[in-house]
Amino acid sequence: MQQLLTTVLTGVTLGVVYAAFALALVLIWRATRIVNFAQAPMAMITTYIALVLIDAGYSYWLGFAAALLSGLVLGAVVERFVVRFVSGKSEINAVILTLGLFIVLHALAAIVFGSRYRSFPAPFGLRGFQIGDTTIALTGFGVFTVVAVAVVMVGLVLLFRGTDLGLRMRASAFNQEVSRLLGVKVGRMLTLGWALAALVGSLSGLLIAGGGLVHPSYMDGVVVYGFVAAVLGGLDSPVGAVVGGLLLGLSLSLVSGYVGSELVPLAALVILMAVLLLKPGGLFASVRERRV
Amino acid sequence: MLTVDNLSAGYGPVPALDDVSLTAGHGEITAVLGANGAGKTTLLRTISGLVRARSGTVSLDGRPLTGVSTEDLPALGLAHVPEGRGVLAELTVEENLRLGALGSRRKTTAADLRRIYDLFPVLAERGTGLAHVLSGGERQMLVIGRALLSRPKVLLLDEPSLGLAPKVVVQIFELLRGLVRDDGLTVVLVEQNARSALSIADHGVVLNLGKVVVRDDAATLAADDGLRHAYLGF
Ligand SMILES: Nc1ncnc2c1ncn2[C@@H]1O[C@H](COP(=O)(O)OP(=O)(O)O)[C@@H](O)[C@H]1O
Ligand SMILES: [Mg+2]
Repeated sequence: MQQLLTTVLTGVTLGVVYAAFALALVLIWRATRIVNFAQAPMAMITTYIALVLIDAGYSYWLGFAAALLSGLVLGAVVERFVVRFVSGKSEINAVILTLGLFIVLHALAAIVFGSRYRSFPAPFGLRGFQIGDTTIALTGFGVFTVVAVAVVMVGLVLLFRGTDLGLRMRASAFNQEVSRLLGVKVGRMLTLGWALAALVGSLSGLLIAGGGLVHPSYMDGVVVYGFVAAVLGGLDSPVGAVVGGLLLGLSLSLVSGYVGSELVPLAALVILMAVLLLKPGGLFASVRERRV
Repeated sequence: MLTVDNLSAGYGPVPALDDVSLTAGHGEITAVLGANGAGKTTLLRTISGLVRARSGTVSLDGRPLTGVSTEDLPALGLAHVPEGRGVLAELTVEENLRLGALGSRRKTTAADLRRIYDLFPVLAERGTGLAHVLSGGERQMLVIGRALLSRPKVLLLDEPSLGLAPKVVVQIFELLRGLVRDDGLTVVLVEQNARSALSIADHGVVLNLGKVVVRDDAATLAADDGLRHAYLGF
């Protein structure tokens, strides 16, 4: 019982972070049909920005806010000045460009921030809560992780479902030409979409880093899990990304708790293959046809 | 009033539109007819700036549209319903309509929606559902309603009758006629279905291989047997 509870709690905390990362991938995929391989190093860079501020004596929260803000800016810059460059050509060009960016950002981080391991703080503590005299696997930082991701998700839902701007962004994602004919400034919407995606990616970067060690490739493993979560959810569906992230977090936590933690990457691969074989459109595949 | 002067455009070395001129008068329906591949869609797309003009000009009520980007046209009073209709099937009916109003940089009011739902009562029932479930005729009504919400002076329609049952075509065309009569809307109606189009149009222009071959009153065109056989297929 204790073991199961631990597994579930760890799974959920891990799952929301995968969910956030998957959501960042999905936001870009559905709008541009590009898998943004640079998402992880972008989040790595913004986490370093937070770390530099925190190490310079500023509060965690200032670092946190600075990281999210620089995520927003970095996302916009990448879309406007890198991806836009090859827009209108085949999507594969942009994907390869994001792979190139992956390498460039890595190298840049190693030069600017160094490649040694540096510890990253976690607010609200990393000690499990006490219930009676048992310690459960839920930490203050774990609660913060879940709440932070939930707040961002709710914010995105409100933006997309409840505002005119969100409506314009969704329209641009579905059909750029029709959107332009309806007066939507599609280019701006894409820039904003990349910015928001990078903000969500930065959040996952901060949460992964919390209480752990940061180095230029600390996010790279997350790409795999985030991608599996996104595929699990259908790549096209933000809700699917969130559910996929949670499912993946729980499954991997179960594997790690009951089978062996060394099998986690293999389990992720098995899940990915199972989804692609049994339900290639993902669990949330919409039956609707998509005009591309 | 929409004026097209000596417009040429194309996709490769071969021009798809060759020195085309036409005037769509205020409060009139101008039919643009011609066989498949004649250049009708290209004409509308060039007017909207989706295809770059090689030469020639387009102006709306005397204001040249050269250099105006596609996104800014709805606010200037030009609405373009593209071929294949352009329903955003992943959005709800009401969201599609709201986008129409946003195009002219306004918020949708309840009165706006009511006006469209009065014109197309079937849409009212579907309002909060996804546009994906609409039938072909309902989709055409949705995109016309959506275009009307941008309060256009000029409405470009690309093959609205395509794939619709004859009864539905009659219904939609009568409604268009009413809008032109009551609201002074100017319509450029691109159709392969020449017989139906000429039945509601004031004037017609026939395109062949990107060139204007004939322009005349709709009634005259409909009565011209030789022309009908040569270009209009009825
Ligand atoms: N995207 C495109 N690329 C290349 N050629 C095109 C494209 N669209 C249309 N064409 C060509 O331009 C000509 C006019 O096409 P179009 O304007 O679609 O005619 P219509 O609407 O009258 O059927 C045709 O010869 C067609 O093959
Ligand atoms: Mg056509």
